[in-house]
Amino acid sequence: MSAQAPTDTLRRLWAQDVVKIAALLVVIYGSYLVSGLVLGYSVRGQLNSLASLTFYIGVFATLALALNLHWGYTGLFNIGVVGFMAVGIYVMAFVSKPLYGSGGAAQVGGLGLPIPVGILAGMVAAAILGFVVALPALRLRADYLAIVTIAMSEIVRFGFLSSTFQQFQIPHTLSGETTRVGFGGGSGLILDFPDPLLALIDALGLSGVYDGLVALVGTVVPNNPDPIVHSLVYGLVLLGVVAAYFWLLKRTGESPFGRVLKAIREDEDVARALGKNTDRFKIVSFMLGCALMGLAGILWLMGQGAVTPNFFRPRLTFFVWIALIIGGAGSNTGSVMGGAVFAAVLYQGPLYFQNVVTSVFQPGDAPGSFGPAISPLLSSADPVPFLLYTLDSVRQLQLVVMGVALIWLMHNRPQGMLGHRKETAAAIPLGRGGSGPGRGGGADADPESTPQTDGDGTGGERRE
Amino acid sequence: MSGVSDSITRSRPDVTDTPLRIENLTKRFGGITAVDGATFEVEQGTLTGLIGPNGAGKSTTFNLITGMLAPDEGRVVFDGEDITGLEPYQIANRGLVRTFQIARELGEMTVLENMMLAPKAQRGEHLWRSVLPGARGGVVEQETELLDRVWETLEFFEIEHLAEEYAGNLSGGQRKLLEMARALLTDPDMLLLDEPFAGVNPTLERRLLDHIHELRDQGYTFLLVEHDMDLIMNNCRHVIVMHQGRILTEGTPDEIKADEEVIEAYLGGDV
Repeated sequence: MSAQAPTDTLRRLWAQDVVKIAALLVVIYGSYLVSGLVLGYSVRGQLNSLASLTFYIGVFATLALALNLHWGYTGLFNIGVVGFMAVGIYVMAFVSKPLYGSGGAAQVGGLGLPIPVGILAGMVAAAILGFVVALPALRLRADYLAIVTIAMSEIVRFGFLSSTFQQFQIPHTLSGETTRVGFGGGSGLILDFPDPLLALIDALGLSGVYDGLVALVGTVVPNNPDPIVHSLVYGLVLLGVVAAYFWLLKRTGESPFGRVLKAIREDEDVARALGKNTDRFKIVSFMLGCALMGLAGILWLMGQGAVTPNFFRPRLTFFVWIALIIGGAGSNTGSVMGGAVFAAVLYQGPLYFQNVVTSVFQPGDAPGSFGPAISPLLSSADPVPFLLYTLDSVRQLQLVVMGVALIWLMHNRPQGMLGHRKETAAAIPLGRGGSGPGRGGGADADPESTPQTDGDGTGGERRE
Repeated sequence: MSGVSDSITRSRPDVTDTPLRIENLTKRFGGITAVDGATFEVEQGTLTGLIGPNGAGKSTTFNLITGMLAPDEGRVVFDGEDITGLEPYQIANRGLVRTFQIARELGEMTVLENMMLAPKAQRGEHLWRSVLPGARGGVVEQETELLDRVWETLEFFEIEHLAEEYAGNLSGGQRKLLEMARALLTDPDMLLLDEPFAGVNPTLERRLLDHIHELRDQGYTFLLVEHDMDLIMNNCRHVIVMHQGRILTEGTPDEIKADEEVIEAYLGGDV
């Protein structure tokens, strides 16, 4: 019995979704660190790559979670994710950029409101756009929603590209004074509000801690440690946001609301025949997901200094879809893990590999085109130019790899990396409740005290 | 006998003497008139059969009554109120609930989830109540109550051993049981059953019929679409015959059996 106890504990721990996610993150970070160490990558390079890895895990996990609400739960085929992200960040910038003429290089100003107001406005705008898109499309068959959403995302992109919205005047005071605002058109919009992360740290009164952290990293990387710390901390904040999304969506899913969403996904007619106003559920679910996508867009770009419409090409939407498919649609845990795996392996992995190899081996210049790359291989069996060329083309090859991965997944593991998941859509564990022992025991206290279905992400410490 | 299912539904059927009346119902699809001026009534507390050869318009009539289709002409009156043109969910919420010809279980949901879905006006169907920490307690409380009812209903239909199973893994007959159990949890006043015995083995069919009779004794009203003449004749007190979109005749099983037109409709004419 004593010999079995540790494996039992381990198995029970593994059943916890939070533990699965944590374990996956440990594996990802571990393999990044180890491969960097083995190849002798510099500390600065290591820290930078960890920071950007964390960043992309954060954004793809949040986006996959939001998309999971649409597709995994409600069966809404949204292929316009970027559109909602774009509206989120653009509206946020519009609201939070300082007024025109207050110094700086920006061609246009904003409304000069605080950043939290801007974030809220961005989310609300994305939700409203979701409402407008959903209203006509939800009444039609599912594939029409897909067409409408992808068209919408392109309309949004071209809208922000157009010179009409590049700059214009709006009144900004009650007396009717106007100010120059706009979306910057094709040349992009400079995000000249104060650094959001530093503002947040200030607001929380943690600037002392932050400075200490910079000094600490300064002992390892003497030359300009500030940006590294900044991006690492921002990555951590993003992971916090992932946790918040996870909590929110798990609670949404494990409820009567989530149950109706699931029923809509399975067979909308049945849900309607049982007296559920499915349009209302679909619209609420769609708007919530859109707001979360808007926030993800804001978090992705608000620290980047500038935003251009062409960032929001449809391919980004499909990246999020790949992340969701890797993790398995319908599972929040899977969405987070899919986001992490996508970011680490398919999105950042090839670039990391390229960085490490070039910085360690310093192989020199790659051939400029395919011809010079392939001819030494054929004439003198010298593979080096070809390998260099391949390494140099990693950005393009990345898309090929993603396509192959997607096809492989759809063929061999359409249900995602976690397999078939039972994430029960109820606020309580649906065990035997009718008679016998255990009836009404702790089940009515709080969803935390669930024996087999995981609670709402707070479990873990209560196990003995 | 009635004690078993007392708690399955919270409110007893409480409707007028003729809960369902349809008047001159007509539905055309292009050039085809699927339902052509159908008029009939269903009496409270009865098991009424709706029969007819393939293509007679029975399922279309069901869809018109339950709002899945909008009629071109005519009215549907349920419990004294005109429900023509209402959304399916509104009709279901008034107590007129249907099942489907091909059992439409929610395959990727467990039997328990299927059942928990059904009860009307659940608090947690509002997103904010399910999410906000202060309001969630009330949702959990209601879920606990519902779960008790769900288990009792599963026991009544003797499918409690399947509770944790995915509905998609159930056999055809079990799905029919699940569908009827699920429909009952909505607290209906009247149930429309679209071929509830299709693909059900004789033992299960017997059980399903027993349940229906028991529920009818408690005051539920049933309208039953069925192909199997014998089954209708042996179990219904009142039978309505449809043919080519029209109501051919109606009456007691004995009257129907003696009707030349019915025999004609089933044996000749329509192939």
